[in-house]
Amino acid sequence: MSANHDVRHYPGAGLMTTVFFLWLYAPIVVVIWFSFNENRLVSVWSGFSTKWYTAALANDALMDALRVSLTVAGIATVISTTVALCAAMVLSRNSDLRFAKLSETVVNLPLLLPEIVVAVATLILFSQLEFTNGLLRLIVAHSAFCTPFAFLPIRARLQGMSADYEEAAQDLYATPFTAFRRVTLPLIMPGVFAGAMLAFVISMDDFITSNMLATGGTTTLPVYIFSLIKRGTTPELNAISTLLIVASLVIATLALALSARAMRRA
Amino acid sequence: MRRGEAVEVFNVSKMFGTYQALDQVSFTIKENEFFTLLGPSGCGKTTLLRMIAGFERPSEGSISLFGAEIASLPPHKRHVNTVFQSYALFPHMSLEQNIAFGLENLGWAKAKRQARVAEMLELVHMSDFAKRRPDQLSGGQRQRIALARALAPEPQVLLLDEPLSALDLKLRQAMRDELRALQRKTGITFVFVTHDQDEALDMSDRICVLGQGQIQQIGTPSDIYEEPQNRFVADFIGATNFLEAEVVSLNGDQAQIRTALGLEFTAAQKGVQGPGAATMSLRPEKIGLEEQASGNVFTGTIRSRNYMGGFTHYAVETAGITLQVSRRNALSHAESYDIGREVKLGFRDESVRVLGQ
Repeated sequence: MSANHDVRHYPGAGLMTTVFFLWLYAPIVVVIWFSFNENRLVSVWSGFSTKWYTAALANDALMDALRVSLTVAGIATVISTTVALCAAMVLSRNSDLRFAKLSETVVNLPLLLPEIVVAVATLILFSQLEFTNGLLRLIVAHSAFCTPFAFLPIRARLQGMSADYEEAAQDLYATPFTAFRRVTLPLIMPGVFAGAMLAFVISMDDFITSNMLATGGTTTLPVYIFSLIKRGTTPELNAISTLLIVASLVIATLALALSARAMRRA
Repeated sequence: MRRGEAVEVFNVSKMFGTYQALDQVSFTIKENEFFTLLGPSGCGKTTLLRMIAGFERPSEGSISLFGAEIASLPPHKRHVNTVFQSYALFPHMSLEQNIAFGLENLGWAKAKRQARVAEMLELVHMSDFAKRRPDQLSGGQRQRIALARALAPEPQVLLLDEPLSALDLKLRQAMRDELRALQRKTGITFVFVTHDQDEALDMSDRICVLGQGQIQQIGTPSDIYEEPQNRFVADFIGATNFLEAEVVSLNGDQAQIRTALGLEFTAAQKGVQGPGAATMSLRPEKIGLEEQASGNVFTGTIRSRNYMGGFTHYAVETAGITLQVSRRNALSHAESYDIGREVKLGFRDESVRVLGQ
């Protein structure tokens, strides 16, 4: 490619890039900056302090919400990734499967439906079933809507993997289960990991469904943060947000590094 | 069980949807034999191999391994191993672990396993590489490890699916010799699938030529080359000249024919039903030029010349027919004939095969 066609040499490219990154990251920078503000008022800077972090970590309601979120996300990740893995195996390794196209669409459909519709439907269903355990309701609902997110990367990885490896394993006297455990699973692990990561993040991030299903004692972190905002923002909120950003960055970096390593090997 | 039969394929057919990949195929492979399934792509040879391995089920028919019916057994219950075209070495395991994989599944004790792995690495001259991973190997080295992995569990039959196709020319030649030596040394029955006629002729004890889902001919390499049973085999194996001929009379496996060249002679025939139109096959190297012309002699004009090193290929036109002629360059700077030159040609009656239409 000649230098003339390099997109960086187009007029205004530098400016566009700057605006883009500012637009994307300025709010985040502001949140992090003001989380260290000593002042009670969010938008008035009066000095550096970490007291809002201390306050956030000492806030029992907040810690309870975090605990609920982590519990729900943890269990929902395991369930949805397992279901997604099974679905992906069946859809990728059965050439003569009936309704293959339809099945795949059904698995992916929740990605396209508006979440509010699914949330309302779930609420109505649970009420009719008189299913009242708040934590269980959240786990069931989250497991369901996280499944397609976990499914996509696993399916992609399986499609990219030659069936020769599984055949070779079975040719070498491995039962179908041993072949899966010792050959297929290790080889698709980056996809499974990426799928689990996505499911976890989607569950942690969910507001609509969690808010709809929340009962006393099962407030998730996003629902709690939203309730804080209704009572007016405090710098404590900035501190919580900053902690979440750091946690996300750590997870994302870890995921990228692991999948890059796996890609090099495959 | 009849003695000495490693694999018996009986009346096997395979349909993929409405496509008939194999049609009523039957043959037996003898113990300790290097048996090759040869054919163009789409002829069903890989399907046949995959059915012996257990990855495909025959739509009809039976397959037995040393007398035991195996057509309904899953792959892990058949004592056969496969060398895959892609090698399919497990990328997340070391070479040692790759070779030990089959032995672990068979429940071999650790000490016995380790000894066998070492023995196999030795056999394929890869002992120094035990701890490496497949992505650190060259194509030829992967090929060797794939062989070692498949041979380690002492299979009753070893299946090889075009294992040399990914290698470059020089290496392929060396691996042919190595494969053949390995087969003799281990005494294991090899079933080798290829579309490369040179490979098949070079390595096999017997060749099964497959075409359009059916067996065209089974025989030793020289049977297949010198006595093709039909036009398909004559055309697929080696190069040949097909000439229209008329059968004047038939006497057992000999036919009196009159050719378009105006010659009349008697030659061996296969599949000719009676007097009438037939095809004769005459290999390019069996036609002599000038001082080598003997038997049925006539003249023609050189139309093209391709120098191939060991041989020179000529196209010679005579009576409106173009014949491919191959002449060995026995002497350095052997005489070559210029385009346009008139030359004497000749072939012996016994070089001709007359084939039914």
